[in-house]
Amino acid sequence: MQALYAQLLVGLINGSFYALLSLGLAVIFGMLNIINFAHGALYMMGAFVAYFLLNIGGISYWWALLLAPVIVGIFGMILERTMLQWLTGLDHLYGLLLTFGIALIVQGVFQNYFGSSGLPYSIPDQLRGGMNLGFMFLPIYRGWVVIFSLVVCFATWFLIEKTRLGAYLRAATENPTLVRAFGINVPRMITLTYGLGVGLAALAGVLSAPINQVRPLMGADLIIVVFAVVVIGGMGSIMGSIITGFALGVIEGLTKYFYPEASNTVVFVLMVLVLLVKPTGLTGRAA
Amino acid sequence: MTRSIASLLLGTALAVTSAGAAFAQDKTVKIGALSDQSGLYADLGGPGSTLAAQMAVEDSGLGAKGWKIDIISGDHQNKPDIGTAIARQWFDVDKVDIIVDVPNSGVALAVNNVVKEKNGVYINSGAATSDLTNAQCSPNTVHWTYDTYMLAHTTGQALVKAGGDTWFFLTADYAFGAALERDTTAVVTANGGKVVGGVKHPLNTPDFSSFLLQAQASKAKIIGLANAGGDTTNTIKQAAEFGIGKGGQKLAALLLFLTDVKAIGLETAQGLNFTETFYWDMNDKTRAFSKRFSEKMKNGAMPTMVQAGVYAGVRHYLKALEALGGNPHDGVKVVEKMKSMPTEDDLFGKGEIQPNGRTIHNAYLFEVKKPSESKGPWDFYKLVGTVPGDQAFTPLAESKCALLKK
Repeated sequence: MQALYAQLLVGLINGSFYALLSLGLAVIFGMLNIINFAHGALYMMGAFVAYFLLNIGGISYWWALLLAPVIVGIFGMILERTMLQWLTGLDHLYGLLLTFGIALIVQGVFQNYFGSSGLPYSIPDQLRGGMNLGFMFLPIYRGWVVIFSLVVCFATWFLIEKTRLGAYLRAATENPTLVRAFGINVPRMITLTYGLGVGLAALAGVLSAPINQVRPLMGADLIIVVFAVVVIGGMGSIMGSIITGFALGVIEGLTKYFYPEASNTVVFVLMVLVLLVKPTGLTGRAA
Repeated sequence: MTRSIASLLLGTALAVTSAGAAFAQDKTVKIGALSDQSGLYADLGGPGSTLAAQMAVEDSGLGAKGWKIDIISGDHQNKPDIGTAIARQWFDVDKVDIIVDVPNSGVALAVNNVVKEKNGVYINSGAATSDLTNAQCSPNTVHWTYDTYMLAHTTGQALVKAGGDTWFFLTADYAFGAALERDTTAVVTANGGKVVGGVKHPLNTPDFSSFLLQAQASKAKIIGLANAGGDTTNTIKQAAEFGIGKGGQKLAALLLFLTDVKAIGLETAQGLNFTETFYWDMNDKTRAFSKRFSEKMKNGAMPTMVQAGVYAGVRHYLKALEALGGNPHDGVKVVEKMKSMPTEDDLFGKGEIQPNGRTIHNAYLFEVKKPSESKGPWDFYKLVGTVPGDQAFTPLAESKCALLKK
């Protein structure tokens, strides 16, 4: 029974990565109507930027948490300005293909220079060690990841659903012409939104760097699962992606306990089941 | 009718003679380096293995003697179906004579069958499964560098003898993991130890915390890692995070490569015990080769034992071809010649190829240095012990290879 609690907690920790990543995807899809396949590559870039900041600039993990999302976010905004904006109004498929291509190029470049096995990044001194919870040994860093992600997820949800800025944003996606008539610069808003989504991916990358290897393919390995999360949660639904992210982490953790061989596929089995019953996803609205 | 049969016989006779004559002069060779070029094993084999093959060709000096040797490379993506498709195309369309490297035991065993069917030569350096020279041995195959039997009988045995008598396995869920767990279990039980549990994880798993918790709960003294590459590095890194070393349990990295240690960093990897058959900093010859290799690698990496095995294997293959006076394009014949000659090269020293295709050379027990002991970017290992080849690898009496029952 103790082991089960431990697995639940570990699942929650992994779920926080899924939640952060799928949240970014949901924001981008909800506002820009783009299926951002480059999300995994941008997550990977977040981890690499943290590595460079530490090893070249001597800049600590704490600053990396702030700087890496900004730097990668700016890269994302350049992508949006130079490429993605031309796809406005076209079929989803074009966005998917373009961002998939971008992901392949970015991953290829990193792999060419840094190989596939990755680079070491240590846990910051303040977050080392662990606590004995009685039923498991909880590394402090993992606990920090869960709390930090929950805060970021809630803040993003609040920003989009409860603030005036978020209201403009949602209005701009519904009816850009009308919102523009109110004197609001819609293209700039779209660019900033893409930057925000990308920044969330990069943030997840920084969070994951001390736990996983900083590897060029770290995003490619994760992105398919995250897409499944988004699809199960309902494309574009902010709260749906957060809740599904955490829930799937837990389900995956339980599978690792009861039948480890299936842990890589359980998410997809769930996706099939959910889509059979509810084609729009758990919290999605009909198009 | 009689006339046509006679002309047919005459024609065949002529064809055979001309083929014989052509063989004596045929000095063309085509080498296919088949590896994981982009996934979790790309750094330990991949482009470095292709480079090692190229260096072997250059160092053989056969180019100056009028030989024409080409190398092509392919990416099997760790998928047996892709690996066999490439191998078939190489033999059928590109007229490849020999396939080298092929990490990933699943792919390696599948390609083994294709090479046998096409009568090519197969020098495997990257894969671990001892089945390549046991149950699934082939007259066309030479297994260089290392295998699961050797890993189990060196690292595994040393740890059991040092008091690690209860084991829990974290095993990659495919041919390699199964073979390594099987061979290590045999060693553990033969030495009076006990396997108390294990978990099979999918290949290329990013998060091992669930599995590590199960290993922790098992209270086994040794947590045996029957995985490789990125899976091993992630396990070791996350085990440190969960305080596994401090809790009294010891990690046994049954298979660890130089590039893995580089990726984990000495701070986390220090103190790990494991076995390799080649390390760049062993002697002047290995250092000289490794320096040349590193200068040609894009990221300046030193060679892993897999890449060293590709070099040594190709060198020996070319020596055999030279001894034959030309390329007969007959895999079995070339491999027989390779087995009849003792092996000797700068990287592995003296050795031999056994009738089952297993190359015998020394194996070395290493320990990862502390960060304070390391003097350079690739100075990672301390030599703990040397196991002579005849003790490290499967004794012929135990081998299940059908080639031995003549």
